[in-house]
Order: sequence, then C-alpha cells, then structure tokens
Amino acid sequence: MANMTAKLAIAAALVATAGCAKKRPEVLPPAPAETAPTPTPQPTDNSNMVQPGSAQDFKQTVIDDTIHFALDAYDIDPEARRILDSQAQWLVKYPNTRITIEGHADERGTREYNLALGDRRATSAANYLIARGVNASRINTISYGKERPIALGSNEAAWAQNRRAVTVVIE
Amino acid sequence: MHRLIGKVALALAPFAALVAAGPAAAQVEVDVVGGISAPMPIAIPAMPAVAPANTAAGNTVELGKQLAQVITNDLKKSGLFRPLGPDLLRPVSFDQVSAPAFDYWGTTGAQSLVQGYVRANGDGTLTVGCYLYDVFARNELTRQGFVVQPADWRRAAHKCADTVYTRLTGEGPYFDSRIVYASETGPKDHRIKRLAIMDQDGANHRFLTNGQSIVLTPRFAPNQQTIVYMSYEGQRPTIYAYDLNTGRSRKLVSSNHLAFGPHVSPDGRWVVFTMSIGGNADIYRVPMSGGAPQQLTNTPGIDTGGSFSPDGTQIVFESDRSGSQQLYVMNADGSNQHRISFGGGRYATPMWSPRGDLIAFTKMTGNFRIGVMSPSGGNEKLLTDGWGDEGPSWSPNGRVITFFRNGRGSGNAEIWSVDLTGVNERHIPTPLGGSDPNWGPLRP
Repeated sequence: MANMTAKLAIAAALVATAGCAKKRPEVLPPAPAETAPTPTPQPTDNSNMVQPGSAQDFKQTVIDDTIHFALDAYDIDPEARRILDSQAQWLVKYPNTRITIEGHADERGTREYNLALGDRRATSAANYLIARGVNASRINTISYGKERPIALGSNEAAWAQNRRAVTVVIE
Repeated sequence: MHRLIGKVALALAPFAALVAAGPAAAQVEVDVVGGISAPMPIAIPAMPAVAPANTAAGNTVELGKQLAQVITNDLKKSGLFRPLGPDLLRPVSFDQVSAPAFDYWGTTGAQSLVQGYVRANGDGTLTVGCYLYDVFARNELTRQGFVVQPADWRRAAHKCADTVYTRLTGEGPYFDSRIVYASETGPKDHRIKRLAIMDQDGANHRFLTNGQSIVLTPRFAPNQQTIVYMSYEGQRPTIYAYDLNTGRSRKLVSSNHLAFGPHVSPDGRWVVFTMSIGGNADIYRVPMSGGAPQQLTNTPGIDTGGSFSPDGTQIVFESDRSGSQQLYVMNADGSNQHRISFGGGRYATPMWSPRGDLIAFTKMTGNFRIGVMSPSGGNEKLLTDGWGDEGPSWSPNGRVITFFRNGRGSGNAEIWSVDLTGVNERHIPTPLGGSDPNWGPLRP
C-alpha cells in the first residue's frame, strides 16, 4: 500500500490543476456544545512586517496548513490537493525552508494503529509535496496518532477535523 | 528496590505441626465461561501482634488489622469470595491463631477462615504468619510465613491472599504484582502523559517520568526491573527501556523512523515493536541489549502489536492487510503468518495470556470492547461493553485482564479490570487519569 500511495500521489500531482472552483471554508463548524480551540491570533493590519519565508508568511500565504482525510484513509483528495499545491508553491519559492508534517488520527482507532495511520497520512502529504518539486530532505514527518486532537468532541464533526496532516515550517 | 526477604516455615512453638491436608470441604467452583455460582464466604479477622511494637510501618497491633484489610480487599476484588473483614469481626488472640474457635466461626457463616500474626524482628524486619482453615471440616488447609522489610508489609498481605486464593480456587496467584501505565492529566488536546507504576490494587503509586515528553504503551520485561515504552523525547518518537533500579532510560531503537508498541519476549532477550517506514508499519525485533532491528513482517498494510505466546515460539499481532484490522499469529521468526479472527468488526491490540490458552483483544464494532478468543481463533467472548475500552493486559495467572476505559467527550481515561467471567468489572484507583496499563509478572 505504501507503493500504491506513492503512485497515487504522483498521479495526483500530474492531474492537479490550478483552477478549482470551491474554496475550503476557513473554519469547520464547531462541535455542538463544545468549544473549538482558539486559533492563533493572526496580525491583520501589519502584514508588511511578516518576514518573507517565515512560518507566519507560510500560514498567511497558503490556502491552509492542514489537510483532512476520510475515515481510516490516507489518500489525498482534490481539496487536499489544492491545499498542498499552494504549500508546494510557497516551498518552491523559499527553497531554504524546512518543514515538519504532523500526521493525526481521530480517537475512534486503537492507539498503536493510529500511530501508524498518522504516519501514513504525514507520508502521503510528504510524497505529494515531493512530487510537486519539494526536495525530500527538507521534509520531516511525525505521527501523533490520536494523542493531539484539535477538536475536542466525541462526534463525527470533531473526528473529521482530527483526521489531518499539518504542515509546520521549522523556524 | 524492595525485595521480599523470603518465606519461612511456620513450625515454631506455640504452633502445632502442619496438619496434612485432608479432603477439602471448602472449594470455590471456578467456571470461566458461565461465571461462579456464589462467592465463598471467608472470615479474615485482624492479625494479632506477637507483642505490640513500633516499626517503620507503624505499630504492629495496627499493622495486624491493616494486613487483614489488604487480604480482604484482594479476595473481594477477585469476585470469587465474600469476605468478612477485620472491621466486622472480633479480634483473635495470638494463642488462637493456631487453634481457631471453630464453634464461633461456624456461627458467622464463613466457610473458610484466614488467621495470622505479625511480629517485629530484632533486625528490623517483620514476620507475617498466614493460616487458612476450613471452618466446616475444622482443619487447617495451609500455612505460610513471610519475612519482609517494613516498607513491604503490603506484599506480605498480598502473598497471604495469594496463598488463600490458590489453595481454594486452584488458580495461580496474582495479588503480589504491579501495573505500569501512562498517567494522564491536562486538557484533551494537550494531555501530559507520565510513566507510572503501582501495586495491582493501586497502592504504592509512583511516577517514573516527568511528563515533558508524551510516553505510551509501557510494558514490563520478565525481569520486572525493565520497562520498555515509547517516548516522544526530542520529537523523535521511538522505543526506550527504563530501569527501575537506576531510574534511568536508554534508547533501545535508534532510528529516524517512527517506532512504537514494544513487547518483551518471555526469555527477556528480544523486544518486538512496530516501525513505520514510508508510511508502511511492520513488526521488527531488536535484542534487549540493543542493536540493529530485524524485520519480521513485510506486507503493504499496518502490522503492529506483537505479543509473544508464553513459550516464546509464536507472536500474535494485528494487521489490516485484508482491508481491516484483524488478528494474526506467526512464528517468532516471522514465518507462517495466518489470520485467526473472522468475526464481524475490527480486532486490535492482541495480548497472549500467560496461561497460553487465550488471546485478549480490543474489538471495534462502533463501541470498543475487550474480548478473548482461543489462539486458533475460536471461542470468542466479549467481556466488557464500554464506549471506549481498549488495550487489555493479563494478570500473572491469566484470569483477570486490566484495560483502560476512555470517556466519551472528555477523553478522560481510567484503569479498569475485568475477569474472565465478564461480570466482575473493577475500577483501579489512580491519582490522575490512566491508560495503557500493563500487568507485570508475579513478584518473587
């Protein structure tokens, strides 16, 4: 399946096109009656102070630093492709930057399996970026399994948010 | 480290010589399939002190009561006994320890009687005598004596409870054992996890790591001095070995790849674990002394969770090579891999019983439940019915399973135990939350 992943990723890269109609919502609906984590405050009026090539620049430039996955899946869907394309663009522009891709799973899997699943997801994202021209030596992956959820509820909406791979620029 | 100093023969005056065990009238019927008919009533009065004395574990008179209470709690939690503890019973005199007032005990309804004594020795140690009687047959069934350091007084009580339990049920002992687990505290998205160790009843709790790095899946080595576990130290999650004697950890698997889920072989020589390379998780083994990992499985799926059979010749593990998580058994060298689980749903976290007769697992069919099946895959039985029960680990006698229970929403985890009847479910108290419990072997 790992080989298949790589092939899928390359195939996805080949067919990926720039113009996609649907834009991903900025924030997914929060879980009912549960608090969503507070997003990191983003400076809005002093964007001229953002250092080009910095982690902050990355977060402001790309469509999203996070892609999501279906249940027990690790394939890169069209939505994730668009996001990773925007990440790849930025990474190609700043070739001296390095990233860590964090793979995560929802809580409805066993601990060890989820560690492996998180690694699959981080690797999928990494393979895609590599296929889009980012040098593999710049990418580190880490799996957190179900240890670091971002949505705290125990429901489908929260689980969908937690099945994710997050690209973090190393400062 | 505290070591039980030893057993002593109890033949000193004023005790009568050991009565040869006759036919036992009192015997607990253990039926692992259908539960037990009725727990056996058993009396456990406070143990008299040979002479009142102050020790590092307190006054021997008070200690005698506490010993009886620990024995009472052990036997009660086994689900096989209905103990009358020291709070409900009149104290016995030292002279009565070897000459029970059977007429009186007959009126309490108890079928069996546990008596004992505690003595402070000149060298600072304690001697605890432990006697088991059949109240109906009016005879002695067995006796044991234990010499312990004062700090280990609870171990003497557990050993006495094990003596009673073993004699009356025919099952192996398990009360004198420990559990290592991941202590949990803090918010769900930033939980702090620390290695912690405790007696099987939750006493003598101790944290082993400081919580700076996430730690997962600790497991005892058979020597009981080494605990293998996974740590995110330095943001490089891999396998470490913690030494209880020195309080130090060493990295066991040096690799840039994600490594997790260690299990030690019964001979203590190997650690099997999972390593994920390029998103493909397979099972590997590495010598306990360290060295290069050797690959045991090689399929394009997630293979993880390798637990050894008690004779060390086979390993049970989980794999999603068929499309969903299922249980497989292979030889210890990786050969002859074959699937054993065929029920509906996903199966994970297999653990081979120390008796060899069963494999415990987490079954996912919406809810997460703890179950058992035979090593050939038959006789599946689910023991719990929680929303998030996960990660079974066997007691040393293979009759009880500890696991953790996740709370829906909060994600708060607690340590629980259940026995093979499935009806005797118990919460094991911990100072904070807890997950990934691993039940160590019987202590020497």
